[in-house]
Amino acid sequence: MTPPPLLEARGIKRRFGNVRALDGADFSVFPGEICALIGDNGAGKSTLVKILSGADRPDEGQILLGGQSVAFASPAAAQARGIATIYQDLALASELTPFENLFLGREELRPGVLGRLGFVDRPSMRRKAAEQFARLGVRLRSAHVPVSSLSGGQRQSVAIARAAMWADQVIFMDEPTAALGVVQTGRVIDLIRGVRDQGIAVVLISHNMPQVLAVADRVEVLRLGRRVARFDVADANVNRLVAAMTSGTADHGVPA
Amino acid sequence: MTVAAPFHEAEGEADPAMERWGRLLGGGWIVLLLIGLVLVFGLLRPAQFGSTYNLSMLAVNAAILLVLSVGQTFVIIAAGIDLSVGAVLVFASITSAQVMLHMSGAPGSTYGTTQGGWGVVAAGLAVALLSGAFWGAINGILVAVARIPALIVTLGTFGMALGFAQLLTNGVDVRAVPETLVEGIGSGAVAGIPMLVLIAAAAAAVGAVVLHLTRFGVHVFAVGSDREAARRAGIDVRGRLIAIYTLSGTLAGLAAMMSTARYATTTIGGHALDSLGTISAVVLGGTSLFGGIGSIIGTVVGVFIPIVLLNGFVILGIPPFWQTVATGAVLILAVWIDQLKRRAREHR
Repeated sequence: MTPPPLLEARGIKRRFGNVRALDGADFSVFPGEICALIGDNGAGKSTLVKILSGADRPDEGQILLGGQSVAFASPAAAQARGIATIYQDLALASELTPFENLFLGREELRPGVLGRLGFVDRPSMRRKAAEQFARLGVRLRSAHVPVSSLSGGQRQSVAIARAAMWADQVIFMDEPTAALGVVQTGRVIDLIRGVRDQGIAVVLISHNMPQVLAVADRVEVLRLGRRVARFDVADANVNRLVAAMTSGTADHGVPA
Repeated sequence: MTVAAPFHEAEGEADPAMERWGRLLGGGWIVLLLIGLVLVFGLLRPAQFGSTYNLSMLAVNAAILLVLSVGQTFVIIAAGIDLSVGAVLVFASITSAQVMLHMSGAPGSTYGTTQGGWGVVAAGLAVALLSGAFWGAINGILVAVARIPALIVTLGTFGMALGFAQLLTNGVDVRAVPETLVEGIGSGAVAGIPMLVLIAAAAAAVGAVVLHLTRFGVHVFAVGSDREAARRAGIDVRGRLIAIYTLSGTLAGLAAMMSTARYATTTIGGHALDSLGTISAVVLGGTSLFGGIGSIIGTVVGVFIPIVLLNGFVILGIPPFWQTVATGAVLILAVWIDQLKRRAREHR
């Protein structure tokens, strides 16, 4: 028996004018797994992720978090429920240091009167950030330089560490290794596994089929706004994934 | 800084404390330039340049510009610009001087000083601060909500604030201000330090604490570094921008009272170039025009460079007009160095 899904979408529909971006899409992600969400361009991946992370609202359909029906009014509302999204542009403040970025918008204040006056507790934030980086095995060139001077892989690591610090349920990652070289890609993938091993579900949006097969535990395939297939990664190979993406041929049971 | 030890890799890294000071002072070379100027003038004309009177006058000359520049530092770190500060200063000095004149019961054409006491001065200060905050809030709302470029917004309010100031007075300065203000603040001193300098130092100190130690300050840097990232991190970017421009306007109101106190008159024609002076001081001090980087300490240094140059040139008998030439050249150099550093970092 599989446990119930952590986050589930049922029959999500979303239209933009005459375009049906999502046409009754289903999706589920389970606790402590890396689930790849794949599909050709225009399959509706981005729209689905936006809806599940609170950045957009469905016209029809249901979102369940831990079995409970939820409606996210904003990304902040989804974040409050432990769901974070890392977009390709990372959304880091590039002149700030890694620890300042980890706590951006959630700065810790000093205890007592100084805190009430808005004084930030840098030593505490720095220590907690160092703990977070250590826990995830992130090694930065320096904690004291602006993020803009870090490499692309290290910036991605900072973004992931930040998401994992505040989201304890699900993290959506949009093509996290698209812009990275081989070595950096390997490090980021290790980091994604580290996040999963902390019990956070990771939804990986990717076009890189070999990487999906190497990293994900499960794969869900979208085509023309619907889920057309889902695989345990052990049962999947590139040909099957591509076939499902392009023709919707589902050779594994998809609930109707 | 030892708490962050796990971060360090074996390869060499500059001492974090040094790095932090380097960032605060914008690389430090501009501090060396200021020290160099003081040393050169001090050695060439120790009696004149180094005299207590001269140093005190240097500080007084810097005071009003420094107060304006503190606000400008916040604005520029937030990736904005405030061209209106000089005109807002004039507007605030007119409204406050008119209120003080009215409260002192003196007719509008009086010359010299009036008998208004500290109560009148306090009311004038409140009017000046509110006038400044008013224009600052307009700037902030237009930049943050209407999303009009700050350059255009503040160029527009520059003209409007100056125009309203002239409408209020028919273009004639208010030349009668309370004796209390002129004596107590304009030429007053505590323990030999001029009041104007104390006020400016306090404004800079408070500004530095807010910018570098508080959550508001962190958000100023975040908004200037990447507005979208700040928004997604849950920071109320609009509210912060409005607050930042309002702060700049309010400080212009404070500077207005200092100007009135010092010159014992409003100075409609005397502050048109103040905005440019503050921008050049802020940029000289290592604050990046692209936002996200800067410090109040740097701005203090940046304010003093043109003032020390002018003073030194006068004492040395060099035509003082060379000061604007030299300041302009140093300004261009400062921005060039800023860009070189950025490019070096981003191509690593």
